[in-house]
Amino acid sequence: MSHTIKLKKGFDINLAGKAENKISNAPKPETFAIKPTDFPAITRPKLLVEEGDAVKAGTPLIYDKMAPDVMYCSPVSGEVAEIKRGEKRKLLELRILADKENEFEDFGKHSKSDLKSLDAQKAKETMLKSGVWPNIIQRPYGIVANPEDSPKAIFISAFDTHPLAPDYNFIYKEEEEAFSAGLEVIKKFTEGKVHINISEDKEMLKMFSQAEGVQINKFSGKHPSGNVGVQIHHIDPINKGDIAWTVKPYGVIQIGKLFLTGKYDASKKVALTGSEVAEPQYYQTYVGASIKNIIKDNISGDHVRYISGNPLTGEKIEADGYIGYYDEQITVVPEGDFEELLGWIKPTTSKLSIHRAIGLLSFLNKKKEYVLNTNTNGEERAFVLTGEFEKVLPMDILPNYLFKAIMAEDYDEMEALGIFELVEEDVALCEFIDVSKHELQAILRKGINLMING
Amino acid sequence: MNPIQKFFDKIEPLFEKGGKYEKYYTLYEGHRTILFRPKLVTAKKGVQIRDANDLKRTMITVVIAMIPCLLFGIWNIGHQHFLAIGETATFIQKVGIGAIQALPIIIVSYAVGLGTEFAICVIRNHPVNEGYLVTGMLIALIMPPSIPLWQVALATIFAVIIAKEVFGGTGMNVLNVALTARAFLYFAYPTDISGEVWTYLGDAAAVDGYSGATALAVAYDTALNGTGTVLESFSSFWAEGMYSFKNLFIGAIPGSIGETSTLMVLIGALILIATGVGSWKIIFSVFAGAWLMGLGFNAIGVNAFMEMPAHYHLVIGGLAFGAVFMATDPVSAAHTETGKWIYGFLIGILTVIIRVVNPAYPEGIMLAILLMNVFAPLIDHYVVESNKKRRLKRATV
Repeated sequence: MSHTIKLKKGFDINLAGKAENKISNAPKPETFAIKPTDFPAITRPKLLVEEGDAVKAGTPLIYDKMAPDVMYCSPVSGEVAEIKRGEKRKLLELRILADKENEFEDFGKHSKSDLKSLDAQKAKETMLKSGVWPNIIQRPYGIVANPEDSPKAIFISAFDTHPLAPDYNFIYKEEEEAFSAGLEVIKKFTEGKVHINISEDKEMLKMFSQAEGVQINKFSGKHPSGNVGVQIHHIDPINKGDIAWTVKPYGVIQIGKLFLTGKYDASKKVALTGSEVAEPQYYQTYVGASIKNIIKDNISGDHVRYISGNPLTGEKIEADGYIGYYDEQITVVPEGDFEELLGWIKPTTSKLSIHRAIGLLSFLNKKKEYVLNTNTNGEERAFVLTGEFEKVLPMDILPNYLFKAIMAEDYDEMEALGIFELVEEDVALCEFIDVSKHELQAILRKGINLMING
Repeated sequence: MNPIQKFFDKIEPLFEKGGKYEKYYTLYEGHRTILFRPKLVTAKKGVQIRDANDLKRTMITVVIAMIPCLLFGIWNIGHQHFLAIGETATFIQKVGIGAIQALPIIIVSYAVGLGTEFAICVIRNHPVNEGYLVTGMLIALIMPPSIPLWQVALATIFAVIIAKEVFGGTGMNVLNVALTARAFLYFAYPTDISGEVWTYLGDAAAVDGYSGATALAVAYDTALNGTGTVLESFSSFWAEGMYSFKNLFIGAIPGSIGETSTLMVLIGALILIATGVGSWKIIFSVFAGAWLMGLGFNAIGVNAFMEMPAHYHLVIGGLAFGAVFMATDPVSAAHTETGKWIYGFLIGILTVIIRVVNPAYPEGIMLAILLMNVFAPLIDHYVVESNKKRRLKRATV
């Protein structure tokens, strides 16, 4: 059974530098890293290895003292090269110097037919120790799921509407077997439904649109129609006390591979995108790879910012930095750290805006691919405009009031106004269009942390 | 590098921490950012790119939307002047007289208002905000052309401090700042902002039979004296055709500098709505509320003012200007979309009630908006509560 949910609100940010559907064979990166900061739930990371230790793909490196069952494992085999700490000895990165040939820990092979009868508890244990568990995210809060929970439903968004996002239909076209195996395992974890949310606006892979034993929901509309949080809101919203899980297609595939091959297979295709990339395309690499070899000889701009992830929710990294655990995209945009004479009033067709205030002409040319730099285009101010955030958040939520409740640290209000339904990516467009230039994703995370600890 | 940038860079150390003028850093920054979009970049985590719009551009859009009203108002001051003294004059002469009257008011409003803002920014060490770009023009446009400049200055200082800065500055105020200035004058110096102040006469003597009464005053007096209908009084007004519907709509009538022309206000409204800066919901619902209330009074019909055709309410007084430029102030208006409908509608209704029923205040829009500014949070409260209830209800189903 499927029905289409049409979302009218939203905004597509059409940027230059979409990845072409081809996969480049850049040399394998020499170093990889696991960054505890990629997982907002980790508050007290504990190390299981020391510098100089030899590890295999799937060897546990870190766990969180608050959730000791979940292991964060090495994506490749090699040697622990460096443990990088920041202020107050905060663990920032754990770097692995990779071997030439990848060696794997063995977690036990299963045939496809075995998977049906596999015990849920056993499956969880395998997933927890092998490094694939952090693919499962809990709502509310957008944190790594607690294995003890039994979610009311599990949601998979099979398309990504973020700017320059990778095309799942291209990168996963050969992963059908692993995907359906992963789905088989995931189904065991909920008494409710597993939802696969597909896009009505484009042709989807059969493994998504014709997956068995799940509910298929169709969505159509601009970004953020691909955000799983928005989809949940329209299918089976999160109320107080509810727990739902979400997994990205990559996570399902990785889980499937774990059970089919017995290996923690961290190989992944990432898109190198953005206006400053000479030839935007896909790269075959691994979780946590250094971007050094990927960007090499393929950057056209000279003063650029490297982003792990997409330009709305991503994180700035260095030219030799590492791709985030959940990211499937590297974006390279120009830095905007320069002044512009009368830049606040000059008419412009080269800058994108959802607004149509005097001189902002981008609404005239919806097809244009924009080159946007990192300038904030204005200074931070108090909230003045109203009714703008609602235009890009297709949920029955009043964002202005929620943000003010967070700033006031009012727990009851945050809960009543719907903080359980949101994670950072859901308000990223609000942050993008905010004329008062607040860091709304950071504000939301602050509110979520208050709710977790409160 | 631009020589102005070089100059700013050169003087920057004076304003930085430890510099001679450290206290005035906010002014340095304020002036630099008016000339140059700053070089600020997005944070490490979160959005890496941002929309091109900012508060400065949004505010300047409103100022641009007011320019038709301003230009027409300048001409109209001269036009009314020469009409009242019975002389014919060229377009240039009218604009000349108008400019001589209006520009000082604008200059005083901006100079005093910005001066007050700068002083407070320095004292409280917060960045210079662009909100006053709009307020400064609004204050000037709702002043009578004959207003003494010291009163403009006093009202501006009062409004900026009491209506805005004590609440925390732009974005935090409860009342519309410009209307607070006007209300201050209305209650502090009633003789200078009511009666025969709407036409600038200067030293010249008015022609025989001249009356400087506004359409609102004429309508009100008609009802008071019980002499015929309002439309009869309009047509027997000393200047022939002055208060015909067409002329009221075009706005060649006595009144505050920028408020008289419904036509020019509507051009402004088009700019605000097309750019998305002003809420069309509020604008529409103010007009709708006023018109329906006018119809309601027609049905009651106790006196001549009540019987005045409802559509006249939309073109007399400052209703149109208030609806388009004052009621839409996003900070003092309702913040929720549903709330905006209710807020605007009630402003329209209240305006007409105050006009027709309350003998003390011939113009209702100012008080109606200020009153609804106070009630806007209450309207929003119920809208927000219903949102919360929907969420709770969903959980229990």
